[in-house]
Amino acid sequence: MGRPGKLIVAALLAGAAAAGAFWVATRPDRLPAATVSELARGDAASGERIFWAGGCTSCHAAPGTEGEARLQLAGGEELDTPFGIFVTPNISQDPDDGIGNWSLDDFANAMMRGVSPEGEHLYPAFPYTSYARMRPQDVADLFAFMKTLPATPGAAPEHRLGFPFTIRRGLGLWKRLYLDDGPVVDFPAGAPDLVLNGRYLVEGPGHCSECHTPRDSFGGAQKQRWLSGAPAAEGPGIVPNITPGEGGLAWSASEIADYLDTGFTPEFDSVGGAMVEVQKNMAKLPQEDRDAIAAYLKAIPPHPNGYPAWQPAAN
Amino acid sequence: MRKFLLAACGIALATSAALAGPIEERQALMKANGKALGSIAPIVKGEKDFDAALVMDALTRLAEDAQKMDPAVLWPVGSETGGDTTSAPAIWEEPAAFQAAIDKFQADTAAAVQAAPADVEALKVQFGAIASNCGGCHEKFRIKKG
Repeated sequence: MGRPGKLIVAALLAGAAAAGAFWVATRPDRLPAATVSELARGDAASGERIFWAGGCTSCHAAPGTEGEARLQLAGGEELDTPFGIFVTPNISQDPDDGIGNWSLDDFANAMMRGVSPEGEHLYPAFPYTSYARMRPQDVADLFAFMKTLPATPGAAPEHRLGFPFTIRRGLGLWKRLYLDDGPVVDFPAGAPDLVLNGRYLVEGPGHCSECHTPRDSFGGAQKQRWLSGAPAAEGPGIVPNITPGEGGLAWSASEIADYLDTGFTPEFDSVGGAMVEVQKNMAKLPQEDRDAIAAYLKAIPPHPNGYPAWQPAAN
Repeated sequence: MRKFLLAACGIALATSAALAGPIEERQALMKANGKALGSIAPIVKGEKDFDAALVMDALTRLAEDAQKMDPAVLWPVGSETGGDTTSAPAIWEEPAAFQAAIDKFQADTAAAVQAAPADVEALKVQFGAIASNCGGCHEKFRIKKG
């Protein structure tokens, strides 16, 4: 083989190695089989609490539905983000258009690893970055509860994303950077159970940080600015700082719990924006859960606002 | 001179208050709504005894303020930005939906006055109906600013 031939072979080998490395680095990482097989049978009654804590309807109820109809979970809500438009899927029990055919293993891998039953990466518009911190038994209970909900026919439209975000495989690299199932805020040994329960609810199923923590340019949470508020993911405005820092929440724990229950601030301003649906879900939780969330928010490190100061328009 | 300046300042302040624009007016109205609702909330929560006069006063104020919510007056074209308004662009983009939200608030507050709740249980029903309007409208028609 002449010198040009050798160079071509070397280049091909290097290319193949790079492709292979990419393939390995981006491989969907499933839960160990034992995680799911060792779980107790899911309890639908407990799962209902997780369902409201997780806020499934906020994104997966068909737009404009009210009351019981929100449990049909037909999807179709559009999330207009810097990466393109994500359309939330049908997660009803319909076997073809929803998730009626999924096994618990399929469901747990979607929730905690962001991997579809077909083995593809799911987009993190679905907040598995938070759900990864859930207790597997809670996921099993949630699955059991969702089995009690209706089957709603009708597949939601496809996402409308720009290149390179259309390449799902690339999310494997993103997950290596940002998918972490450990707790975010460390508390000293002996921290009150209420605070730790709140940490679980906020950092796990409640996925509060998905809107309340600023993201970096790749869309990953900036954990060093945890819950410090962020520019709204959609449209104008901001999502507030809910740390006890300057610009953050100055409310007492009972005022925070009260807000989650009633939708009113201590000054009797009301909940607004995307938080309206979240608050309705929080109001369905037991009081002890709202108290736990409040205790956690009082205990986390304060941060300055995670969004730029508002510039008043000249007038 | 000093007196003159002070007087001039006083006149300027008085004038600006009298000529407060729609942004200031709608903000004052919202604050008044919050205050009225806040005055009866402790009764609903069982922290205060039922007080029929106080309840009727608050409900009447809410119903009267609801009637003042005319989009042409408080949210006219040209008041989309300015001051520290938190009104959302959707108010001007979807005027029919905004009007429908106002109609509902007017109907619910008028119904509460009509119902004249005589005990805390009756008040809870009216309070819930009125309060659902706040988040219901702010979900789409208000934005949060830093």
